[in-house]
Amino acid sequence: MLGETIRLAVRAIWRNALRSFLTVLGVVIGVAAVIAMVTVGQGSSAQVTRDVEKLGTNVLMIRPGQVAMGPRSSSGTARAFDLGDVERLIREVPVIETASAAEQSQMSAVSGNLNHRTTVLGAGNAYLDATDWEIALGRRFVTGEERGGRAVCLLGETVRQELFGNTNPVGEAIRLKSISCEVIGVLVAKGASSFGSNQDDIVMIPVRTFQRRIAGSSNVNMIYVAVRDGASSDLAKVEIEGVLREMRRIGAGEEDDFTVMDMKQLASMLTGITNVLTGLLAAVAAVSLLVGGIGIMNIMLVSVTERTHEIGIRLAVGAQARQVLQQFLVEAIVLSLMGGLMGIALGLGLAMLAAQIMTIPFTPDPMVVLGAFAFSALVGVVFGYFPARRAAQMDPIEALRHQ
Amino acid sequence: MQQQGPSGAPPAVIELRGITRVYGRGEAEVRALDGIDLTIRAGEFVAIMGPSGSGKSTAMNVIGCLDSPTAGEYLFNGVDVARLDKDQRALIRRHYLGFVFQGYNLLPRTPALENVELPLIYKGVGAAERRARALAALEQVGLANRGHHDPSELSGGQQQRVAIARALAGSPEVLLADEPTGNLDTHRSAEIMELLARLRAETGLTIVMVTHEEDMAAYADRLIWMVDGRIADDRPTQRGARDAG
Repeated sequence: MLGETIRLAVRAIWRNALRSFLTVLGVVIGVAAVIAMVTVGQGSSAQVTRDVEKLGTNVLMIRPGQVAMGPRSSSGTARAFDLGDVERLIREVPVIETASAAEQSQMSAVSGNLNHRTTVLGAGNAYLDATDWEIALGRRFVTGEERGGRAVCLLGETVRQELFGNTNPVGEAIRLKSISCEVIGVLVAKGASSFGSNQDDIVMIPVRTFQRRIAGSSNVNMIYVAVRDGASSDLAKVEIEGVLREMRRIGAGEEDDFTVMDMKQLASMLTGITNVLTGLLAAVAAVSLLVGGIGIMNIMLVSVTERTHEIGIRLAVGAQARQVLQQFLVEAIVLSLMGGLMGIALGLGLAMLAAQIMTIPFTPDPMVVLGAFAFSALVGVVFGYFPARRAAQMDPIEALRHQ
Repeated sequence: MQQQGPSGAPPAVIELRGITRVYGRGEAEVRALDGIDLTIRAGEFVAIMGPSGSGKSTAMNVIGCLDSPTAGEYLFNGVDVARLDKDQRALIRRHYLGFVFQGYNLLPRTPALENVELPLIYKGVGAAERRARALAALEQVGLANRGHHDPSELSGGQQQRVAIARALAGSPEVLLADEPTGNLDTHRSAEIMELLARLRAETGLTIVMVTHEEDMAAYADRLIWMVDGRIADDRPTQRGARDAG
């Protein structure tokens, strides 16, 4: 009997194919939006984790001030570090493989009549080591250049393309603010970061050069630390905290005025943000599912009215109320399940496309797909029930008279 | 299956005792049926006639278990069905009754064969047997080769024959026909009436028919004349008298 009812429902839906399609469009869009949002969100979470792992799980970041779980919030009151602090850390904490200050600022890089706004990073070779960043062309800094704060720079791939195209820029000069800088190398392309910012849009100069000629102060607001292979980063963190407290003369019982963050923390912070955003967007998308459900109810009510005569005939030949109810309920459910299936296909397609464009992994979650499918069935039940009940409660004589 | 009554007459299928149907209340009260007593025996072909508003359609609705009487007893095969609820009445219709209407009442855009199968679906008959019984019913009305046609592709007379096949497919005890020839010309009307008479003769079906045409009533063997919700006259037709004599 149920198989019969489903067959009947499919036929009724097919009979009004265009109308049925327009009816379920709301559900299609709703399901597609939810699936696309969640899949892209999960993909970018996976990408964040992957990126952070690529950075190295043995990398720690130190900032002045207490940074709870947000970027650069309360660093204002805390004393900045200086390069002496960086050197002392390397000396006094044996598990530190290498450490580098990393200061940055936005400005224009100029070459001839070409001009490109980019990020200028003041850091040393140690930064390249800590982040595993290789040189594609030319060479790294030499010690003299770092110590002396010479005007030399490494270009990210994007800056190289913008200013020099495919030609070899090594030996050429670019201008940053008032300094003229010799290009000594080009960095290997890294691609977009998890949040879509282009990591290759960068010019790197020695940190002393940055301090003297760009920042005009000897402050250091970020230190990258690479921990020796095999050493626990948790342990390293504790040791660094102890040394820093001593260096900064923080009494027992006083709060740290700096933050040591490991990559696990950073990863969970970033994926936390991604998840909140994903959830928010999915919730907005779910509203359109609700609207889609109302669309189904609307058309089912019209359909029940249109088919009053048919209902009368069915009642006359012996259909009971619950059989008529079942017929229309099944029709609503089949309708919204069809919408759900189309939405799943569309949503996964969109997510796949987005994943390609954003270069994040495409990781469809079977639970999400199953959930969306179940939810569209629920939409059918909830919004199909009222019209179906109206059909079931019809009086056979009245219904037969209706033409 | 049907036993002979004590007097040798066939047993009563339908017995109405003091059936009253009132619509509305107070000033607006309409007594569509006003204390009807009527017994119809197995195998009878009864025609009900009367002016409009005489209550013949209401009587059909009550007999067909589409409506419940306000007062009175309705014994169907000896069981009182007057107080049954909506769903129980649906079961009586499903298992014992078949309907033929003036307007055919076929499902549009649905092939004749599937229209005939409809009551069998609700009887829970499996697909293969359903198809076979529907084909047999179409054959009985002479439309075996029209099963795949939609109602819109059939003439009025053919549509009514499909409707009769649908009523027969469920093997009912009683066929209720409400002005079955009302939409048909004289020639087609005669065909339909001859079909009904033949089916009655072949299967022993009990037929109750409402009509306003004397010619059609003449095919029955008993004529009931209704006026103002009461039975004014109840006698055999010429055909009925001849068959009895």
